[in-house]
Amino acid sequence: MHRKIALKPIALVLFLLSMVSYGKDQHGHEEPNTGKTTEAEVKEYIQHHLKDSYDFNLFSYKTDAGEEKHIGFPLPVILWDNGLKVFSSSRFHHGEAVAEVDGNFYKLHHSKIYRVESPEGEIIEDEHQHPINERPLDFSITKNVVMIFMMFALMLFMFRRMAMGYKLNGRMPRGMGRFLEPIVLYIRDEIAIPNIGEKHYKRYMSYLLTVFFFVWIVNLFGLTPIGMNLTNNIAVTLCLALITYVITTFSGNKNYWKHIFWMPGVPVPMKIILAPIELLGTFIKPFALMIRLYANITAGHVVLMSIIGMVFLLENWLGSSLSFLLAFVLAILELLVAALQAYIFTVLSALYFGMAVEEHDHH
Amino acid sequence: MEIPAIVGAGLVVIGAGIGIGRIGGSAMEAIARQPEATGKIQTAMLIAAALIEGIGFAALFAV
Repeated sequence: MHRKIALKPIALVLFLLSMVSYGKDQHGHEEPNTGKTTEAEVKEYIQHHLKDSYDFNLFSYKTDAGEEKHIGFPLPVILWDNGLKVFSSSRFHHGEAVAEVDGNFYKLHHSKIYRVESPEGEIIEDEHQHPINERPLDFSITKNVVMIFMMFALMLFMFRRMAMGYKLNGRMPRGMGRFLEPIVLYIRDEIAIPNIGEKHYKRYMSYLLTVFFFVWIVNLFGLTPIGMNLTNNIAVTLCLALITYVITTFSGNKNYWKHIFWMPGVPVPMKIILAPIELLGTFIKPFALMIRLYANITAGHVVLMSIIGMVFLLENWLGSSLSFLLAFVLAILELLVAALQAYIFTVLSALYFGMAVEEHDHH
Repeated sequence: MEIPAIVGAGLVVIGAGIGIGRIGGSAMEAIARQPEATGKIQTAMLIAAALIEGIGFAALFAV
């Protein structure tokens, strides 16, 4: 009890001392070996984190001699530029060097590959800072593609184990299945059946389960320090939304199309006005699905990383420890968002499928 | 990025915030009135909130 009370004045003194250190110039503080301000460096780091890359870089650091070290491994680059060109991304030396392949020269610029004329070739930019260099067709196995393969392997392993458990043990789930079974049942009973209906839900269960677990696990992996996140790449969410769109469109029955092109129960002039709006709506729905997942995860990562970046910007123990605490709390919130976005994506997909197969007996 | 666009995005975010706030508030009232329907209300609330959020993000990306 005594010790607790004695801590208070000490904390107050330390707090006041930390205020003194605020007087120090925080902005324009230059790193001794790069010449960049800390602020610019944090910004660059966040932008780099959000991008796909050609090598699997776990982390980079600078030695005391100012030499940059990258820990990770290179990935294959596959280009179609008048013939197939396959080479290792280590030839780019993390964007510092021009790669020479069969007499062609390629250079990395903002994480994209451009063709340059010579080993000393530079990227030429127009007045809007858009490079005018030619970009070859790119089929590279990038970090995100590796991540998709890893997710594929992980999910196959998890659900194979679950299926094997049922085979060995009858109806009782074992191991992995014990964790997964309630989630699978939840998706069936709370998402698929109420939204799609008893009659048709079985056809869509495989997709709903796949998309739920894929988005959820990918979001969770995005929060690990490995730093690979798929769902903040708009191409990945585009593909997921496109699958939902294709399934909805191809499972649409007579009633679904009738409600789009010739809405029953409204006057004819209204029907003519409603048809293009409803048709547009079918595209907007998957588009919103794509944007929602992408924007939520990207925004979460940017906020989280900015707050972690504040640790280095504030440069006093109070500010830094407070931003660390805030980052911790936000990371917990991101765990919730990871599951919530997977849930929302699944529910909305189920809702759209339900609209497509709904039967209107009451008309 | 120009100033009118930023102001417009800000207005949309305010609108989306009001919308999600209203959904949350109404859901609270509904749960207080009918605690046995909590699960259903929560599901409907999340879906509606997600739909509004989509609009908000669309506006932000238009900037």
